[in-house]
Amino acid sequence: MTGKTRENYNRNYLNYVKTQDPPTKHFKNCLAAFGVGGLICCIGQFIRYTLEYVGLSGDELAGATSIILIFLGCLLTGLGVYDRIGRYAGAGSIVPITGFANSVTSPAIEFKTEGWIYGMAAKMFTVAGAIIVFGVCSGVIVGLIYLFL
Amino acid sequence: MTRKGNTIFFKNSPRILSYAAVVGSKESEGIIGSYADIALADDMYGESTYEKAECKMLSTAISLAIEKGGLKQGDIDVLLSGDLLNQIISASFAARDFDFPFLGLYSACSTMSESMLLGATLVDGGYAKNAVCATGSHFASAERQYRYPLELGCTRPPQAQWTVTGAGGLVLSRKGGRIAIINGTMGRVCDLGVTDVNNMGAAMAPAAADTIMRHFKDTGTEPGDFDLILTGDLGALGSRILKDLTWEKGFDISANHVDCGEIIYKVIESEFQGGSGAGCSASVLNSYVLTKMDAGLYKRVLFAATGALLSTVSSGQGESIPCISHAVELEYCG
Repeated sequence: MTGKTRENYNRNYLNYVKTQDPPTKHFKNCLAAFGVGGLICCIGQFIRYTLEYVGLSGDELAGATSIILIFLGCLLTGLGVYDRIGRYAGAGSIVPITGFANSVTSPAIEFKTEGWIYGMAAKMFTVAGAIIVFGVCSGVIVGLIYLFL
Repeated sequence: MTRKGNTIFFKNSPRILSYAAVVGSKESEGIIGSYADIALADDMYGESTYEKAECKMLSTAISLAIEKGGLKQGDIDVLLSGDLLNQIISASFAARDFDFPFLGLYSACSTMSESMLLGATLVDGGYAKNAVCATGSHFASAERQYRYPLELGCTRPPQAQWTVTGAGGLVLSRKGGRIAIINGTMGRVCDLGVTDVNNMGAAMAPAAADTIMRHFKDTGTEPGDFDLILTGDLGALGSRILKDLTWEKGFDISANHVDCGEIIYKVIESEFQGGSGAGCSASVLNSYVLTKMDAGLYKRVLFAATGALLSTVSSGQGESIPCISHAVELEYCG
């Protein structure tokens, strides 16, 4: 943009700032992610067993379980609970399917004020769009590897 | 009015006639809660969107400040105001409520001190009898513009700050009021190359240090001459860096430096380094600090709000964060 380029950044200052930065608590975050993520998966497994008991099987069973988890993710987002869980859960609440539901629902709620079409519908995938694009891409790559193995 | 360096000395020392602050529910739990004029129970402020709520807070702060000064709308010559949202919509929309002229400003979180500097210049030069300076911010609207949707469950990094829901306004006048603005230092844009948008304190500290030290130099003062050196929203981390930066150049401000962002919140939930946003310095100055000054508890205060002049586009393109800080010196004069 201007004469300010990466070359004349003040290296000394940036290094000094690095020493002052409070460290990200990786261990605590990992532990929280393990606990919360595991708990969500356990709930999923519980739902699966319950549905199996009711009499579903195969693809229907997997589909119904996902649908219920997605619904719960959306509901908790709408109730304003999911972001609070997410604040303490490290990545534990982002990785499961409930996290994906949250990333679609939260912008939908937020941008509803700008109208149903140009607000809610258009901006619904601002966060999840990236997940979809890279999800599909990595799916294709893994599929190709699988094909040639 | 005279000038030395980048500092303007006001001959007629414009007075702060009155001031008002409106703060959100989380902010009212902290030290400013009992000093603010209105503490909101509901951050929506009875409106349908957060942007409207921010606008209403600002408008309320402005009309309250005018009312507390015993003035009417017709007595005000100009409103100087700005905020954080794109195209400064809160300030411009708030100005719809008033009949007097409006000059829109954008200086991010340092809008309060910039508006005071310009307002004092207009009043001191005789171009305005009464000028209103105001600004505000809202957590929810800032979060949506600069970061993620509110309900998105993501972890905040430990350097992060929490945008203050609050607005503050004051009336500058030629006469009346016990607090005078005696001089002000215009800020320079400083950019030492910090690119982390979650670390505003580190990005803004050099700008604050630059302005504060130039102020000392231009006015021939030293840190000990002030009861309070008040910065805007550096947060805990930024304040530490500011103290280091000034100490390195031979000014020890550690004894009387206070940061609005650092003191505004009582509960440490996920505010981490403290408050930020234009409303941070505006609400702390226009409630706690000016009330204490009015009572004569602080005689001389240097108010240097700091602003990070970035946008989501510039940070998305990998640009570093240019920052600015404007300072005004306030003096109690019985």
